[in-house]
Amino acid sequence: MTALLEVRDFSVAFGASQPVKGVSFTANPGEMLAIVGESGSGKSLTALGLIGLLPRHAKTGGEIRFEGRNLLAQSERDWRRIRGRDIGMIFQEPMTSLNPVLTVGEQIIEVLRIHERLDRKQARQRAVDLLELVNIPEARKRVDDYPHQLSGGMRQRVMIAIGVACNPKLLIADEATTALDVTIQAQILQLLDNLRRDLNMAVILITHDLGIVAQWADRVMVMYAGRKVEEGLPEPVFTDPYHPYTRGLLGASPRAESGHHYRDGPLIEIPGSIVSATGEKGCAFRPRCPSAQASCGFAVPALRQIAEDRLAACPFTPTRFVSQIHDASLRS
Amino acid sequence: MIVSRRLFQRLRRTAIQAVPTVVGIVILNFFLLQFAPGDAADVMAAEAGSATVETMADLRSRFGLDLPVIHQLLNYLSNLAHFSLGYSPRYGMPVAELIGQRLPGTLILMGAALLFALTIGVILGSLMAQFSGRLPDRVLSVGSLLFYSVPGFWIGLMLILLFSVKLGWLPSGGDSTIGSSLTGFAALADRARYIVLPALSLSLYYLAIYARLTRAAMLEVKSQDYVRTARAKGVSPLRLVLRHILRNALIPITTLAGMHIGGMLGGAVVVETVFSWPGLGRLAFEAVMARDFSVLLGILLLSSFVVIIVNATVDLLQAWLDPRIGESR
Repeated sequence: MTALLEVRDFSVAFGASQPVKGVSFTANPGEMLAIVGESGSGKSLTALGLIGLLPRHAKTGGEIRFEGRNLLAQSERDWRRIRGRDIGMIFQEPMTSLNPVLTVGEQIIEVLRIHERLDRKQARQRAVDLLELVNIPEARKRVDDYPHQLSGGMRQRVMIAIGVACNPKLLIADEATTALDVTIQAQILQLLDNLRRDLNMAVILITHDLGIVAQWADRVMVMYAGRKVEEGLPEPVFTDPYHPYTRGLLGASPRAESGHHYRDGPLIEIPGSIVSATGEKGCAFRPRCPSAQASCGFAVPALRQIAEDRLAACPFTPTRFVSQIHDASLRS
Repeated sequence: MIVSRRLFQRLRRTAIQAVPTVVGIVILNFFLLQFAPGDAADVMAAEAGSATVETMADLRSRFGLDLPVIHQLLNYLSNLAHFSLGYSPRYGMPVAELIGQRLPGTLILMGAALLFALTIGVILGSLMAQFSGRLPDRVLSVGSLLFYSVPGFWIGLMLILLFSVKLGWLPSGGDSTIGSSLTGFAALADRARYIVLPALSLSLYYLAIYARLTRAAMLEVKSQDYVRTARAKGVSPLRLVLRHILRNALIPITTLAGMHIGGMLGGAVVVETVFSWPGLGRLAFEAVMARDFSVLLGILLLSSFVVIIVNATVDLLQAWLDPRIGESR
């Protein structure tokens, strides 16, 4: 299968600082790819880069190939034709991401009329259909509502309606459910999951909620300090995290199935903060890593293929992995 | 239809609230004016050069100035209740007629000045926001700061010097060519030539304020999440500015512009004097000097009406601009 999106060595720099340092990944049609990492790991900047909305003074490097064409090499005019039509985006804050002085209908109609030849009546009908598609009850009435008349979950549905209005091939959801409460979160993710199957649309889910990733994503990519540190299918990544950072992330999240709950005792935290990564010569995670060695400071560890469909950027194999590999070799 | 009912209810509420406000303003103004030393009879006597005690007593009793203050106030209020603004002893005509002659001039001057200040101010402010931090923004910022800090009468005098005296392009005072028998469009064009300089000098201060406010408001709106959403939809830059940024930035500007209309009348006093523009501001000034309190009270009453009406209009405008305002609480 040819990839819909192929990001190669993508980097973002603001002057001397480089918050995204050469990230490569691919997304296939209809796939839900999750990018996880803490604040400052560069995941949101990567997302903004994918849609060409980085601040003007940001310097980008590498390649973003979308259907074979390098997006970074194209003009602002070409970007505008892609935004909203081929690539949709949903942002974190549903409360502030909709224009307060325009009705939700007007905001959906706007994206339709920019990219498709529709007259007012057709566009309005499409807007109502889209509101129905994202499960907004009484869509015909709601289409004339202003954002402040809707709840947070409803607004995020409207954002999704705008995002998928022109049947994009790729939808980027940047922390799209973080600001919502848990039941609404599940509904929105279910909706995104249905839509990507119905519309055969790739979804890039940017989040720091590992529970969401485990439940919904087809593939997960862990970022730390502007680099990809691990990638694989959610199930193996979460049961056998390879990179110490992934292990730390998992240790720091409450999980019912592991029996570890924050009521039983404090969650394990990753010591230090991501700020320690700035100016680090070798592995960016070294200052916080429990299993760091002197050699970690020499060079940035390369991503290695450690299993089928599995990449990690740590030269040391965790003990559980060693025993597993050992078991496997004994069995064979 | 729901919108129009909402607006109607707002208007009715405003009208009901306006009545006690206006009565309060009248009573307060009446007492404030009583504090001023001297009365119309003193001024008239002084202008006549000599007056006996008897003539002054006669004048006072003719205008009702010899009555106790409370009595005078009740007289005035009862006049008002009969929709009469009283009689001006100095001009020898009813106050309503006097104000009626001068009101259009001031309204036209203020309207022109405000329209000019708003249009050009918003355009310049948008440009400044668009080029923020770069050369056009700096140049316009310095310019607006200059006009913000220079008093209107000085600008007026300089405009007269430049455009009337040196260049001879525009007339230096009055509101139309005296003795001309122009009609129709020619008369209108003639009047337009006369209004340019006074309107300009009245508006430059406000223009500077609106330009700076528009700049600030647009920069603020620009960083809002919904602007990013609009960009992610593929909206063109012009449409982004007009539909998404400016529309939201206009809300604070309308508030301020509404508040300025009351203040503009004060500025009009000076500008009307500089350009000998026959308006209400100059009439108010003359009324103060002549202690012609019934005229002054009439003008103050009228300006309070203007402020109330303008406030109501601004409220409606804002409810239209921002659907969140005026929602039922």
